[in-house]
Amino acid sequence: MSTLPRATELGLIGCHVCGQVCRAVDEGDGVLACPRCGSSLHRRKPAVYARCWALLIAAFLMYVPANVLPIMRTASLGDIDDNTILSGVVELWVKGSPGLAVIVFCASIMVPMLKFLALSTLLITCRRGSNWARRQRAQLYRLVELIGYWSMLDVFVVALLTALVRFGYFSLVEPLPGVVFFGLTVVLTMFASMCFDPRLIWDGKEDSDD
Amino acid sequence: MDLSPTDAPDDATAAQALLICEHCDTVYHRRPLAKGEGAECARCGAVLERCRGMRANGLLALILTALVVFAQATLWPIVTLGLNGQYVDATLWDVIHTMWLDQSQVVAVLAALTLFVFPLCKIFALGWLLLYARSGRRAPGFRPLMVAMHHLGPWTMSEVFVLGALVSIVKAHLYFDVLPDPGIYAYAGLMLLITVFAGVDLSRLWDETREESP
Ligand SMILES: [Zn+2]
Ligand SMILES: [Zn+2]
Repeated sequence: MSTLPRATELGLIGCHVCGQVCRAVDEGDGVLACPRCGSSLHRRKPAVYARCWALLIAAFLMYVPANVLPIMRTASLGDIDDNTILSGVVELWVKGSPGLAVIVFCASIMVPMLKFLALSTLLITCRRGSNWARRQRAQLYRLVELIGYWSMLDVFVVALLTALVRFGYFSLVEPLPGVVFFGLTVVLTMFASMCFDPRLIWDGKEDSDD
Repeated sequence: MDLSPTDAPDDATAAQALLICEHCDTVYHRRPLAKGEGAECARCGAVLERCRGMRANGLLALILTALVVFAQATLWPIVTLGLNGQYVDATLWDVIHTMWLDQSQVVAVLAALTLFVFPLCKIFALGWLLLYARSGRRAPGFRPLMVAMHHLGPWTMSEVFVLGALVSIVKAHLYFDVLPDPGIYAYAGLMLLITVFAGVDLSRLWDETREESP
């Protein structure tokens, strides 16, 4: 089973959108369209490295203020307290919900970090045509795709608390700019992982021993 | 390796017999799957295709349930907070509205799209497609709808919102009286339905339905 045929070798293209198998007829630089769903066909997604890096860097530029700036202000009887993402996790942990604190920590801190590290690793290794840990890198990409959107958790928590805690002078919650930056980070990293083409992992030199 | 499959006289049916892994570009010959069975890519380990154990009729019934539950989750208050005898409750729309007024329009738009517009589009589109798919037909607008569904992919986040509500309740519980409202139960139901639909391979509708000759 070491010689599994790949679509490019057979002159075929699989449609990204509907999965239709099409023959890759070379018509100069004309854009091919899928006969079944009408989407444009590509052997690999276009400009993967440029788009992916651009989105990833933009996401990181948003990620810094998202973590440094407070995301939420709680005011109670004149006492004003600004919360960052990390202080929110610590508060949950200290005030008696360590389980939930771990979930929020994973969604808000681990998942974005994992996305930055995983996508950069994938982009660098694919650029080099490396055959290192291909199957694991393919799994890593699918993991990033699967859990990426859960980072939106903290954004929804801030939104819900803002809508609920409206007791005037007694207690009030307001969103602060950090939450906007965090929301943008999540959206940009989602676009970045969509722009990546996992088929690039398997391009380049074929490994002999696996 | 020869190219015989695509050189066959009937190109369309020959292409149906092949399957390309979208994660690594490996070409396979399709083999029939039993109910609930799935095929996995030998090269990269991705799921190639899955045969759902449910017919279009069953799925349509689930979609109608999802529509009712979604309407309840959106219209009913999610939770009520109490402080010194004062009570405040919030629906999804209050959440979006307050974020809009509180200088967080980006968040308001994100929440409106991922928690309301996109899920609603998905439910209606799927219902429409399944209504016709019951008899193996393609609904009017089948092609653009299927393409749109593909692109909507990860942009519906109701299940994240449910977890967010849970975290909010635990946080608020420290300072306020928390009274769960019907909306939160509707959301819990919606989350269950989403899990069921996550296991459905929609792209099979391309193969299971036929274009109607006008
Ligand atoms: Zn297509
Ligand atoms: Zn594969």
